[in-house]
Amino acid sequence: MSVTRIFAIYIRQIFLLKSNPTRLATVFLWLVIDIIQWGFITKYIGSFGEATFGFVTVILGAILLWGFMSRIQQGILMAFLEDIWTQNFINFFGSPLKVSEYLCGLVMTSITTGLAGFFAVVTIAGVVFGYNVFRIGVMLVPFMFILLIFGIAMGVFVSAIIFRLGPSAEWLAWPIPMMLSLFAGVYFPISTLPPLLHAFAKIIPASYVFESMRSILSAKAFPGDLAVNLLIGAFLALVYLFAASRVFIYIYRKNLESGTIARFNAEAL
Amino acid sequence: MADQTILNIASLTKEYDSLRAVDHISFSVSAGEIVGLLGPNGAGKTTTINMILGILEPTHGSIEIMGRDIRTCGSDIRKYINFAAVYAHLPANLTVIQNLYIFGLLYEIENLKERIRFLLREFDLERFAHTKAGLLSSGEISRLNLAKAIINEPRLLLLDEPTASLDPSISRLIREKIREYMVRTQTGILWTSHNMNEIEAVCDCVIFLSHGKMLLSGNPKTLPSEYGMKSLEELFIAVAREPLCLAHEVPA
Repeated sequence: MSVTRIFAIYIRQIFLLKSNPTRLATVFLWLVIDIIQWGFITKYIGSFGEATFGFVTVILGAILLWGFMSRIQQGILMAFLEDIWTQNFINFFGSPLKVSEYLCGLVMTSITTGLAGFFAVVTIAGVVFGYNVFRIGVMLVPFMFILLIFGIAMGVFVSAIIFRLGPSAEWLAWPIPMMLSLFAGVYFPISTLPPLLHAFAKIIPASYVFESMRSILSAKAFPGDLAVNLLIGAFLALVYLFAASRVFIYIYRKNLESGTIARFNAEAL
Repeated sequence: MADQTILNIASLTKEYDSLRAVDHISFSVSAGEIVGLLGPNGAGKTTTINMILGILEPTHGSIEIMGRDIRTCGSDIRKYINFAAVYAHLPANLTVIQNLYIFGLLYEIENLKERIRFLLREFDLERFAHTKAGLLSSGEISRLNLAKAIINEPRLLLLDEPTASLDPSISRLIREKIREYMVRTQTGILWTSHNMNEIEAVCDCVIFLSHGKMLLSGNPKTLPSEYGMKSLEELFIAVAREPLCLAHEVPA
């Protein structure tokens, strides 16, 4: 694997972000809108008093972390879609670039944009709502690790699906985080879900993060099974990442057979 | 100079379900040779180029570049080849210099900045260095594509209609640049075009494809008379209209 070629994929996206400031909207705008909207909602609900103790902390923490994961996923997708829109696959894959290097380049891009967006909203949450995400403490590291890996896995998987079905399937990029958030326990505990959906929640790595975060922030205790939960979440996220990468590479090879790499556009598929 | 085969294709075939786009073609390109791949639309020229580039998997047959099978050393061998195609524009939202920089990184070029400066000068692109590729004229885009195509000083250069839609003056300039480059570096070049005058001017050898099959091959200057035609263009039209008759015709 060549670091130089990975850097080529990475720097391409950075050039694009630098050359057109409106592209920065995809990095910051939605996260900022989310945090401001939820910040005021939680402030309003928090005004009801003691019964909602911890609500602000839990919801804003969840929004920040979920936003981070969504941005990672969409960072990969946006970089991938850029190559679809510019019909650039023939130039890239006709060069010595390997598909694994291409994926690494997309991941590097998404980590940069995801972290930039995350730190921007952490600052806004601190300044506007007096919320400090770092009060989660050292557990923020495994939380973010699991969400990062899961976000990458989702981004790679959805990219693979678009790679297979063509640009007309690019709408898939947007609703997936929203759908997953219903079952990942982002806004409410998984116990709120009907029992039948609990099993589904358990296979989503992010659900272990949000359940653990609620345990830490609301109970202000370190539950005994927290480490186990996080290990399960990390394990699942890594499995999904491996599976998503394999799916992407499999579809790339299928596209080599069918010739779609050479003529990858909406009309051809 | 001793014959040094850069590209060797044997029995190359590509099938899509019931359609055979390329049908058992075999040919080779030597160092310092320009081979023209001709044929009507849909003859299999671009399919052949895509297979050599490694972005399309052949159904049968082998492709060897500098004696190495591309199936077993695809990425490594692609360091020594490059291409320019009329349908493969570089990203329009990046500037000329950014495009060259990114592709220079992909081909792991040493002294990249110096190489980019040389290419900008060579292809008269210095004043467009910071212009987005999407804002360039057709001639400027062709020069940029060509600059990218030789950024790694390839041993094998694939050119798919490099002068399509260009005016005669720019076409000639591009042809001269390519020819000059080939003489200097002894690169093997595979060139597709529908412009028979161009092919006659630049190619050492031509191959006619029709319906995926290789019909004729030979020197572009003598081939028409061998088949009783006045010009390469006349021969091309005959191949396009009645390929099977021509395939079985014995040369005069």
